[in-house]
Amino acid sequence: MSDQVQEQTHAHPSVRVYLSIAAILTAVTVVEVGIFYIPAIRGTAFLAPILLLLSAGKFALVVMFYMHLKPDSKLFTALFTAPLLLAAAVVLALMTLMGAWVL
Amino acid sequence: MSTAAATAHYTSTGQDTRKIAFWTFIGSECLLFGSLIATYLAYEGKSVVGPTPEEILNVPLTSVSTFVLLMSSLAMVLALAAVSTGQNRYARIWLATTAGLGTIFLGFQAWEFASFVHEGLTLSTNLFGSTFFVLTGCHGLHVAVGVIWLTTLLILSFRGKLGPEKAMNVEIAGLYWHFVDVVWIVIFTVVYLIQRGPAA
Repeated sequence: MSDQVQEQTHAHPSVRVYLSIAAILTAVTVVEVGIFYIPAIRGTAFLAPILLLLSAGKFALVVMFYMHLKPDSKLFTALFTAPLLLAAAVVLALMTLMGAWVL
Repeated sequence: MSTAAATAHYTSTGQDTRKIAFWTFIGSECLLFGSLIATYLAYEGKSVVGPTPEEILNVPLTSVSTFVLLMSSLAMVLALAAVSTGQNRYARIWLATTAGLGTIFLGFQAWEFASFVHEGLTLSTNLFGSTFFVLTGCHGLHVAVGVIWLTTLLILSFRGKLGPEKAMNVEIAGLYWHFVDVVWIVIFTVVYLIQRGPAA
């Protein structure tokens, strides 16, 4: 049992790391909203890719550090990323099917 | 053998069964929200009558509610850290903060929905109304469930039943809460910031 406990218990990030992640998330959100209001970017094809990239970064930070996927077992990463990729494929497939590619 | 080891449920993987089950549930939730987001995007710009997203979405207001939800995730991890180390007072403060911020987020959403209905956008007005209310309403429902869950944990803490040996219960609630947060990160970007006009 002790081996199991050792395997199961992974060190979670420190409070300092949690606060740093929160600061980064806030800063990225401010940048996202700022980009939305920049006329030179808003009307162009660059807006969606830039915002999606920033959003993906925020998503990854929360999942890796707040949901502890980074220090936790790879089993959890597989249980999460497999359906996530499938969901992304559903989004892409449905948008293609409906001719909704006007980003 | 520690108390935590005695109460945990392990598998041949060495992982707690509850955590494996919950990550599997979160995986299924990815598919649910993936389908709702796909439906929103597939029908975006195809409404034949208004109001349209450009006319009605309030980005400044939603930016504030997004910040509130992000900060609730910070409060949640601090609550878990406090429960894990037996700091009951801080555990209660951070659990209450998380639930409170979740409630504020729901307040923002209720206000937004009410203002949209006032401006003529309902579930049956157009394709935008249908897909928007179903997507954000489903997310709001998840937030409401999370607030109830956190409140029960807070009550357990006040009754002295949420010590370090129960940290896994808080961690699983935290997984749910953070998932709700990451779903909103995607919705905020896709629905509010990337507004696409009618297809040519």
